Amino acid sequence: MTHITDVPIRHKGKAVKAGAIAGISKRDSRLSIANLSIAFIALVIGGAAGLLQGFVRSGFLELPSWISYYALLTAHGVLLVLVLSSFFSIGYLYAGTSRVLGGLADKTVAFGWTGFGLMTAGTVIAAFFILSGDANVLYTFYTPMQANPWFYVGLALLVVGILLNCVGMFITYQSWRKRNPGELTPLFAFFSNAVFVLWVFASLFIAVFVVGMVIPWAFGWVPTIDPMIGRTMFWAFGHTLVNIWMLTSISAWYVSMPKIIGGKVFSDSLARVAVVILVVANVPGGFHHQILDPGLSVELKFLHVIQTFMIIFPSLMTAFAMLATMERAGRTKGVTSLLGWWKILPWSDARFFALIVAMLAYIPAGLGGIINASNQVNQVVHNSIWVTGHLHLTVGTTVMLTFFGISYWLIPYLSGRKMTKTINRLALAQTVVWASGMLLMSGAMHFNGLLGSPRRTANTTYNGHSAASDWALYEMLMAMGGVILFIGILLLVYIWIQLAFIAPKGDTDFPIGEDYNKKDASPLFMDRWAIWVALATLSIAIAYVIPLLDFASGNSPGSPPFLMP
Amino acid sequence: MHIHRYEKLWLIIGSLILVVFLAILAIQTFYLEMGPPSHAEMMDPQEVRESELFADAELTEIGDNEYEIAIVAEMFAFQPGDLEIPAGATVHFTLASPDVTHGFKITDTNVNVMVVPGHISKVSHTFDEAGEYLILCNEYCGLGHEFMANTITVN
Repeated sequence: MTHITDVPIRHKGKAVKAGAIAGISKRDSRLSIANLSIAFIALVIGGAAGLLQGFVRSGFLELPSWISYYALLTAHGVLLVLVLSSFFSIGYLYAGTSRVLGGLADKTVAFGWTGFGLMTAGTVIAAFFILSGDANVLYTFYTPMQANPWFYVGLALLVVGILLNCVGMFITYQSWRKRNPGELTPLFAFFSNAVFVLWVFASLFIAVFVVGMVIPWAFGWVPTIDPMIGRTMFWAFGHTLVNIWMLTSISAWYVSMPKIIGGKVFSDSLARVAVVILVVANVPGGFHHQILDPGLSVELKFLHVIQTFMIIFPSLMTAFAMLATMERAGRTKGVTSLLGWWKILPWSDARFFALIVAMLAYIPAGLGGIINASNQVNQVVHNSIWVTGHLHLTVGTTVMLTFFGISYWLIPYLSGRKMTKTINRLALAQTVVWASGMLLMSGAMHFNGLLGSPRRTANTTYNGHSAASDWALYEMLMAMGGVILFIGILLLVYIWIQLAFIAPKGDTDFPIGEDYNKKDASPLFMDRWAIWVALATLSIAIAYVIPLLDFASGNSPGSPPFLMP
Repeated sequence: MHIHRYEKLWLIIGSLILVVFLAILAIQTFYLEMGPPSHAEMMDPQEVRESELFADAELTEIGDNEYEIAIVAEMFAFQPGDLEIPAGATVHFTLASPDVTHGFKITDTNVNVMVVPGHISKVSHTFDEAGEYLILCNEYCGLGHEFMANTITVN
């Protein structure tokens, strides 16, 4: 593949400390390596739990009595949705930010390690109670189901650790701005800051809920809890998490993909606009998980549907920007035919191949999301396994393949090694294996959901009911998809071990794309996060003030706990 | 900030499609009254089983082939049990939970509503086609969740 000249990527040509370009300091890379290690362990254990679930649900396997299907399901959700995504986003964004801002601030590293310690401790505690069967509450832990109280303490530690990492990122971002007045932050740092702003919004909701409501109730200090407030607070967090994954992923699409294909960033300013819309409009999207809940009026639900639809707009911008980036890269290489630029993309470069397959998966994933959010249409699919299929397309395919693609440069970048041709070929195969496994599993889930099969349900024939017998075929396909995916995980582990410890030493670049031209650079006020945080708070207030006041003042009788099991 | 001509076109078309989608949803919701079930009424979960509404509830004919029934969704059953109605009947379901959150889904229909403790949920459906429909809980409610199901037979 062709590389354009490897000049330092700085706006307005400002000189950078030597050494900050080729790699990052040992100190910064150690922090990223620690975070990524936990993310990878979570992927392996969470993936194994997923494989077993597929076997149980299709009736191929009966679990021993000491572990339930729902304990596996809880482990799968917590480890992949909370642990993997948080540790990966921190490891990757910290490394990239250190790369583009010439190192992390001292305080950032301190906050980073403290946060890492808390997150790891929280993960171990939560995982222990899940696997010991004392937290069969799934990753949504809807009250008044109750787990062992220490499970929630584990979750709280994880969230507080994430918040400390947010503070760490803001310190480096703001200190760079102070040192470089009148300059625009690099696009990657802008993405990074946006992700951590979303982490703050997400974490505050879940922290207030877990620490302020669930823990006192789980230890028995408070007799009852209001389940509706819990659902609302959880999904304010849960849906924000979805866009944290997306924003983390598209940072690689916008910033690194252009460099990998030998092109440039299509438009710095439009990229930032897309980011800002995602941050401002995101949190109220959580309400589309509650379209079938009682106690919220039809009018209010429609307002939430409109707010959810606003999140689609930046995705349209992204779709255009990605294709435009690819076409321009081809045109600058002299391609004149209508679609010739598509053919000369670096298809045999695993970094690009993983990203482009992720992008292609995002098309059906996004369409499914529009269906799910469409108010009354939601009634057809809500809590059916269609939704599980949807999130395996979004998180399982789009986000995961992007993370895998990132790891193909991030791991050798941090370990000071080089990807060999053989590893690259394996990584290409891994992408094909992963995409086909997901296509089979998620496709079967979508169809099965339309036939009415519920999500989050252990193997059952419902007393031999004919409706349930129609599901058997799809459950078998789901299990087959699960097997293919697990092979994908094994391949991936092999690739990671090679890249981390065995591949030949050498310099791997963290690809950072350059702008086409200066006039597409954003106005400086884009870097004033106070504006975007204020607007995001306003959009949250529009969505949440009425329902939360309603629930809080509705003389809710509250619910006593029901211990699981 | 420069926006390419094609990008403008793409975004305008995309936004218009979204507006059309929202307009269709709005017409269905507010004009055709197809909005999602959104009943707002509270009841102490600990009083559900003994309440006038839910204790000894049974299928009651309230009009011409029109029925109502109050159902308690509890770990791990819907009370009362299996139901039987004539074809073409409209049934108004009233639901509440005395324990954790449940889901109420009837396969092959669009009946799908959450039953959250503390709140009463309502949903109605007209059963035009004969057959045995499966009612199932589609929200995880504990280790016996997969056993929580009933049938409704339409003759």
